[in-house]
Amino acid sequence: MSETIKNFLYLNRRAPYGTIYAWESLEVVLIGAAFDQDVSLAFVDDGVFQLTKGQDTAGVGMKNFSPTYAALGDYEVKKIYIEKESLEERGLSLDDLQHLTWEDEDDDYAEKDSIHLVTRAEMAAIMDGADVVFSF
Amino acid sequence: MSTLHTVNKSPFEKTSLAACLDHLSAGAAVLLLEDGVYAALTQTSAEGQVKAALDSVKVYALGPDLQARGLSEERVIPGISVVDYAGFVDLAAEHDKVQAWL
Repeated sequence: MSETIKNFLYLNRRAPYGTIYAWESLEVVLIGAAFDQDVSLAFVDDGVFQLTKGQDTAGVGMKNFSPTYAALGDYEVKKIYIEKESLEERGLSLDDLQHLTWEDEDDDYAEKDSIHLVTRAEMAAIMDGADVVFSF
Repeated sequence: MSTLHTVNKSPFEKTSLAACLDHLSAGAAVLLLEDGVYAALTQTSAEGQVKAALDSVKVYALGPDLQARGLSEERVIPGISVVDYAGFVDLAAEHDKVQAWL
């Protein structure tokens, strides 16, 4: 087996529940996280809606998978990039999104923010820097 | 002929909402559901076109779809009525037909 670690970027551009893309992406991220790769998540366009607080799907009879995002930190997924312009176009701010963290075992298990707010230009650079981009 | 128009796509991803709003006649109503409920939010880039439509037609949004997406009713544009599934049935019954904008 190759020891090469690649930088994987999961690109999320779809809102949750209307289509299956958001949930499928989350499943693939969690599966992929078991393989010790360098994983980043990007939330762009309607993808930013995936992380809104207070999702309650009881009325629509679908599984609410939003609590699962909080588990990403336990899977060493700690680079989550949110595009600022995408939030603003949708009347949202970071306060409307879940607060996702990870524990840094090299720093006495301090809780650190996983979410990084980036501009569209910074997002382009993140995409450019990825070895592999998985699009959802 | 009064028509209930339904829009179930995000206004930020598809042109369904804009196409719907461009084809409304007198007596029409618009129901936003599924990802269409994102058009009901204030302070978005889609707010202007929805507010303009409210001058001439009734606009509704499906409550369970708002709740599923973590969107509180306080975020909904004033003038849009939030309805439940029973309200959806009433709207369908009150109009002569339902036209879906997919």
